[in-house]
Amino acid sequence: MATAAHGGEHEATTTGLNHRKMLMWAFLGSDCMFFGSLIATYLVYKGKSKGGPQPIDVFDIPVTSVSTFVLLMSSMSMVLAYSALTRGSLKGFRIWIASTAIMGMTFLAFQVFEFNDFVNYEVHFKCEEVGTGSLTEFEESFSDRCVDGVDEVDGIHDSEGNNLTGLTPKTNLFGTTFFTLTGFHGAHVTLGVIWLLSIFFYSFRRGRVTPERHLDVDLAALYWHFVDVVWIVIFTVVYLFGVFEGF
Amino acid sequence: MTMPSLAIPRPVHPTGVWGWVTTIDHKRIGILYGVTAFVLFVIGGVEALVMRAQLVQAELDVVSPEMFNQLFTMHGTTMIFLAIMPMGAAFFNYVIPLQIGARDVAFPRLNAFSYWTFLAGAIMLNGSWFLGGAPNAGWFGYAPITGAAYNPGHGIDFWIMSLQILGIASLAAAFNFIVTILNMRAPGMTLMRMPLFTWMTLITAFLLVLAFPVITVALIELMFDRFFGTNFFVPGAGANPILWQHLFWVFGHPEVYILILPAMGIVSEVLPTFSKKPLFGYPVVVLSGLIIGFMGWMVWSHHMFTVGLGPIANSVFTITTMAIAVPTGIKIFNWLGTMWKGSITFSTPMLFSLGFITVFTIGGISGVMHSQAASDAQQQDTYFIVAHIHYVLFGGSIFALIAGIYYWFPKFTGRMYDELGGKITFWLVFAGMNLTFFPMHFTGLDGMPRRIYTYDSAMGWEFWNLTSTAGAALLAVGIAALIYNVVSGWVRGKQAPGDPWDARTLEWSMSSPPPEYNFAEIPTVTEVDDWWASKRRKDAAPVIAGASEDEGHSIHLPQPSYWPLVVSVGLLIGGYGLIYHYAVAAIGLAVSMVGVYAWSFEPVNDPDEGSGH
Repeated sequence: MATAAHGGEHEATTTGLNHRKMLMWAFLGSDCMFFGSLIATYLVYKGKSKGGPQPIDVFDIPVTSVSTFVLLMSSMSMVLAYSALTRGSLKGFRIWIASTAIMGMTFLAFQVFEFNDFVNYEVHFKCEEVGTGSLTEFEESFSDRCVDGVDEVDGIHDSEGNNLTGLTPKTNLFGTTFFTLTGFHGAHVTLGVIWLLSIFFYSFRRGRVTPERHLDVDLAALYWHFVDVVWIVIFTVVYLFGVFEGF
Repeated sequence: MTMPSLAIPRPVHPTGVWGWVTTIDHKRIGILYGVTAFVLFVIGGVEALVMRAQLVQAELDVVSPEMFNQLFTMHGTTMIFLAIMPMGAAFFNYVIPLQIGARDVAFPRLNAFSYWTFLAGAIMLNGSWFLGGAPNAGWFGYAPITGAAYNPGHGIDFWIMSLQILGIASLAAAFNFIVTILNMRAPGMTLMRMPLFTWMTLITAFLLVLAFPVITVALIELMFDRFFGTNFFVPGAGANPILWQHLFWVFGHPEVYILILPAMGIVSEVLPTFSKKPLFGYPVVVLSGLIIGFMGWMVWSHHMFTVGLGPIANSVFTITTMAIAVPTGIKIFNWLGTMWKGSITFSTPMLFSLGFITVFTIGGISGVMHSQAASDAQQQDTYFIVAHIHYVLFGGSIFALIAGIYYWFPKFTGRMYDELGGKITFWLVFAGMNLTFFPMHFTGLDGMPRRIYTYDSAMGWEFWNLTSTAGAALLAVGIAALIYNVVSGWVRGKQAPGDPWDARTLEWSMSSPPPEYNFAEIPTVTEVDDWWASKRRKDAAPVIAGASEDEGHSIHLPQPSYWPLVVSVGLLIGGYGLIYHYAVAAIGLAVSMVGVYAWSFEPVNDPDEGSGH
């Protein structure tokens, strides 16, 4: 977001590509390796957890699909914001960039909700289901609770009433790798939201966000789209592959 | 125009210490990098000398085993991350803009940020000596011995945080140099007209950009294990600690080429200059550099031959490792071809470059020896490996960096060094280096393990260990001679002309030291080694730029700034905060954020100020 006194967008460069834009591409290449390493770690440890909830226990694909949809739509409104700016409509730009930031925050809210849900995950099943194949491995591991006179297991608690089946980063390898990978993605989205909001508020200063200075927005947009693309990979590899067999 | 967010006036024309603190001039930053890295090189060297004193005889008690562990960890980490890499960065900073005909790097403030962040990482790592003990698990920090269960205390925490901070510094610098080299070349300087040092820097920058995120992730995982109780490297939870080795060496092997490619670039500048011939097979040398950069990603598991990855993996990595010796060999033949029938001057930079070729070749050959998994199984973790890495990193990287120090000394300082002193330095360093490290081949093949604090006198290793320690002492004398030579030249050397070597590349087309704005007029390049060619063209008499004091006053240079330093200080505070107290980490984050915002809203040049000097 540096102001464009450096010669800004119109600086003559060897390749014709602006310095800052080239830097952003190099940064995104580097960030690919960052997420690549985190995803590789996740895949190496997939299915290697000893005990604790598994993806099949905690994931709620419809809910995460909604948040995924919101994040993808935010990429569209980012495009519309940039387009409005280059057409000279500052008002349209503000509406769309604010929408992008709000959708980003909505995604983050979903993530907070989801993390909270996982940390407080409780096992519920009816004892008649034990051994029928409809329970997950983790649920089956509590089948010894189905003694005479108990027809339902409703959460596992210690003597002080603490839930013992939650998923935290400490619980198992799935918790460790899942929270780290999605947490770093969430941190990227948070940074993006701060960036977008900064531009949004900056646009109320006269002459600071103009069609001539579209590069300031272009760079934020590039980052935002990248973060979205990473989420598509995470959603596929972690969520879909985690729940649906045959992948 | 004032800053919208913070009403602190920016430094306009600071002098003295403030001038250095707020500088964003690539030449000054280069000198800061070089001097800091050399001081850290000496610290790392002292750590090595203490280890050699401990090993001079069997069953000595100069230092405790615990101290010995800290010494070899700090020696390795310091030499790689705080000495060789930043010394390379010093040359990138000073030389690259001059070689490509630019007035500065693409992002001058980001460049200052790289230096201060590097310094923050150096403080974080070396401060560990005074804060409860240095890291003690080797420079590769294998999990799970670096985990909280086996390594309580803060040593490893400092190691993790300092490497993270240094990683930020290296990444920022690499982004900067990629953009600078690709985007700020003088008119006519196509990629295949770039000087070799610029080429090798570009490849190095790409390696940095792609390799550092991998170790960043590995360190994050280790940090989370230690700070938050996650299970990344906890075997009891089903984790496989080999993951650490893979992540570390996927970074670590490209890192080896990050250390050696700039060295190859320097040698490729020095040899043609002092042979009075163009570099033999310029396109082939460029291409082999690119192949090395590419293949550097395919050989990491040769560090893990004894892990038990199985015959298929070991065979594949044996083949790729043997293959990567080929482009290196090509370069060596090209350097020999450059000197063939040349009119050679045996000045100090040339001697160090010749030393580089011979010693690096020996190190390369021992490298090919343990590229074979079966042979490596005998050599793994012995002094043979120690001999190998010191032949390629000391005999390779450091020799070339010293060659670079002497080669560009007149350009950096505006003064000449003492040639006789330089030659004496070379022979002391060359003899000391070989006397120290060559016997390690023998002790290694005789089975002496590395990283042991002492050994039994019945093993028969005493003679060669004594020789190594004697060599280390000689090497220390050589480095002292180097320091004396450089300092005395800097203080009272005679005035250097702009082009003392009758050299080939654009940095020699200006006065020594260069004017602040580098080029009064940006040159137009028509061929490789354009400066050399223009001196021989009949039509154009070359002009050494910067001769007149009045020149260049209309050139707008980016103005100094506090904010890069503020962001770096925030990172340092944040690093300590993560180790000691999260509230402090929040303060560090806040300081960095203030710095980032102020930096973002600060124009590179205030139009109202700064033009009136």
